[in-house]
Amino acid sequence: MADPMRIRAQATGDKAMVRVLMAHEMETGQRKDGAGKIIPAWYIQEVTAQLNGKTVMTAQWGPSISKNPFLQFSVKGAKAGDKIGISWVDNRGEKRADEATIS
Amino acid sequence: MTTRRELLKQSTTVAAMLASLGMYPHVAWAQSSTYNAAAFEAKNMGDLMKALGGGTPQESKDVVITGSDIAENGAVVPVGASTTLPGVKRMLILVEKNPSMMSAMFDVTDAIDANFATRVKMGQSSNVFAVAMMDDGKVLFASKEIKVTLGGCGG
Repeated sequence: MADPMRIRAQATGDKAMVRVLMAHEMETGQRKDGAGKIIPAWYIQEVTAQLNGKTVMTAQWGPSISKNPFLQFSVKGAKAGDKIGISWVDNRGEKRADEATIS
Repeated sequence: MTTRRELLKQSTTVAAMLASLGMYPHVAWAQSSTYNAAAFEAKNMGDLMKALGGGTPQESKDVVITGSDIAENGAVVPVGASTTLPGVKRMLILVEKNPSMMSAMFDVTDAIDANFATRVKMGQSSNVFAVAMMDDGKVLFASKEIKVTLGGCGG
């Protein structure tokens, strides 16, 4: 299983700024290893964000997102103490879900 | 000595193991039915809009792309896409000269602002687009050129 995500969520006014750092190789499938063989693509395809268990955002990513992806977005109507959940699925079907509390 | 029969048997076992781990490419692709593979393979704006079912994109001042003018490392280029317009269905981040144009597609709901920031890889200096697909079918975009001193796609 992949390493946990680092999620920070801070409430400012009636919004919460969410910043996520995921641990993932994000291999494009275009690079070659020392022997000249193509390294197969391995990247996060889908990302879902939930506020208190309700989905507020879904995203689809291609292999051109950087290694150890960073994502920032803001959620309306979120206040301190609410729970932000982030989950992803990569092209090998591996999954990871983490949760953080808005401060 | 390994006989041909044994070898065949072993290779099917290995194949089954790989498949169960989701490491067979076509198996991996099949797992995600909602993933818009066609859109992520599009090489230009026309193909991309065909894959996403959008109209002809129009440049708009209400869509904002943020990023630095020069990126030292093409493997990690911070970009942001935002708009203050109501009725946004989707936001896209595109890099024109990458092998595939689209980097990210965000489905926007009422509960969030259409304001995203992430980091992308860029193979070479290129125009970067923020695209907003609206509920009424309009497609609006903003572009910005980012110069890359060291490409992020090579080995």
